[in-house]
Amino acid sequence: MTRRRAFTIAAQGLGGLAGAAIVLPAVGFAVAPIFHRGKERWEAVGPVSDFVEDTYRQVVFTETEGIGDAGKTTAYVRKSSPELEEEPGLYVAVSNRCAHLGCPVRFVQAAGNFICPCHGGVYDFQGKRIGGPPVRPLDRFQTRVRKGQVELGPRYSVTSQLEPVRARDPGEFTGGIWEYLYPPRPDTFPPP
Amino acid sequence: MPKIPDFVVPPPLRKPAKPGQGGTSKGQAPADLKTAPPVRPSHGERFAGQAKEAPVDVLAWVDQRTAASGFLTGLLYRKVPKGTNWFYTLGSATLFAFIVQAVTGVFLAMYYTPSTTQAYASITHINNDVPLGQFVHGMHKWGASVMVILVFLHMGRTFFFGAYKYPRELNWVIGVVLLILTMTMAFTGYLLPFDQRSFWASIVGININGTGPIVGPYLSDFLRAGPELGATTLARFYSIHMLLVPGAIIALIGAHMYLVVKLGTTAPPWTKIDKPKIAAPVAQLDAGVESNGASPGNGASPA
Repeated sequence: MTRRRAFTIAAQGLGGLAGAAIVLPAVGFAVAPIFHRGKERWEAVGPVSDFVEDTYRQVVFTETEGIGDAGKTTAYVRKSSPELEEEPGLYVAVSNRCAHLGCPVRFVQAAGNFICPCHGGVYDFQGKRIGGPPVRPLDRFQTRVRKGQVELGPRYSVTSQLEPVRARDPGEFTGGIWEYLYPPRPDTFPPP
Repeated sequence: MPKIPDFVVPPPLRKPAKPGQGGTSKGQAPADLKTAPPVRPSHGERFAGQAKEAPVDVLAWVDQRTAASGFLTGLLYRKVPKGTNWFYTLGSATLFAFIVQAVTGVFLAMYYTPSTTQAYASITHINNDVPLGQFVHGMHKWGASVMVILVFLHMGRTFFFGAYKYPRELNWVIGVVLLILTMTMAFTGYLLPFDQRSFWASIVGININGTGPIVGPYLSDFLRAGPELGATTLARFYSIHMLLVPGAIIALIGAHMYLVVKLGTTAPPWTKIDKPKIAAPVAQLDAGVESNGASPGNGASPA
């Protein structure tokens, strides 16, 4: 190798190093939130006596802190029902976020269904999809009872058989091969 | 178009004469200087002459140091093909729409606050309190739709006129990237007013991004800066909307226009090619054809 060539390589290497020193931290800074999982958050939404087996009660609680009303979300909460072959003594909290594209669904008492105003998604009493474009059942929130109060925790998604999996965004399928095509994100909490 | 008087255009910028037609020769003294001896001008005449020369001097000073005139002459007097029509203005119209967005955007940024608690209030303030605020905001809002529409019309013109073909494929590719960047601008700008509509539209838009297999979930996390749409999302969208993408768009518009000037534009597909005039076939000359088409056998096609 000639001296000229050695200097060329050294100069280009140093230039690349300087470039990487600028670009890599900036990119890391921008993509860091993908890998950051926040603190697990639980919020009491009412005494156990508020909730029954055969209908939902609508509650509003904070899912994302620090952004005021924009961080609040709505859940429909009821007691688990042995008639639906659910484990008794637990509480079911169904998210109102449509599994199609994230619009807010509403529980319609008369029909016993969840109905989405945007594109006509319909879910049954348990949140399973029965019509329209959604790709999976409605998400749920973890529940527990502390000091006689029902508390809601992190969000999780369910498969079409209502098996819990890590939270997915709306529009993403769950279960089977979809668990690999839509991999769980590192900033979500493990399912219960 | 009125003719620009010659004295305001420095010689290097004057339209070059067609071959064999004379015209203003570059840097040469006018013919009358050669025959008539110079008369000493009065003070007033000299001052008027200097005043007339001033713009020329300034331009010449700049040109001597940049040699920009050659580039400018090539840019401004480049040939365009026969049949060039109004459809060819769609690219310039898109550029104009972008400039409108850039200018109004800069001024909106003087009043806008990219915070979840103040964004909506600052937009209300722009619309209701700032003089002409509603006008500038309206220009930006409607101009965004105009730009997207013009981009598609321009793309359609390029496609239907076959202007994407060799040697202009790279310019088509750059144009497609510009289209995607324009859509990114429209998407990120929609969240900024932070009202109910922009909030839910952005949630839907981010979730559509998330439906791409494998990378989709990470892409939507990147856009939201976390698992839920929050304060960081707005700041992130604002930064992408006013810093990242505009810079990329300006750079790519430069490359796009460089290639347009370098390669020239295409004629419309319906334009007939001018057939070069061909002299009488040699065979006829040899045969001694004299009269103008009177002798038999002097048909259009040689045997």
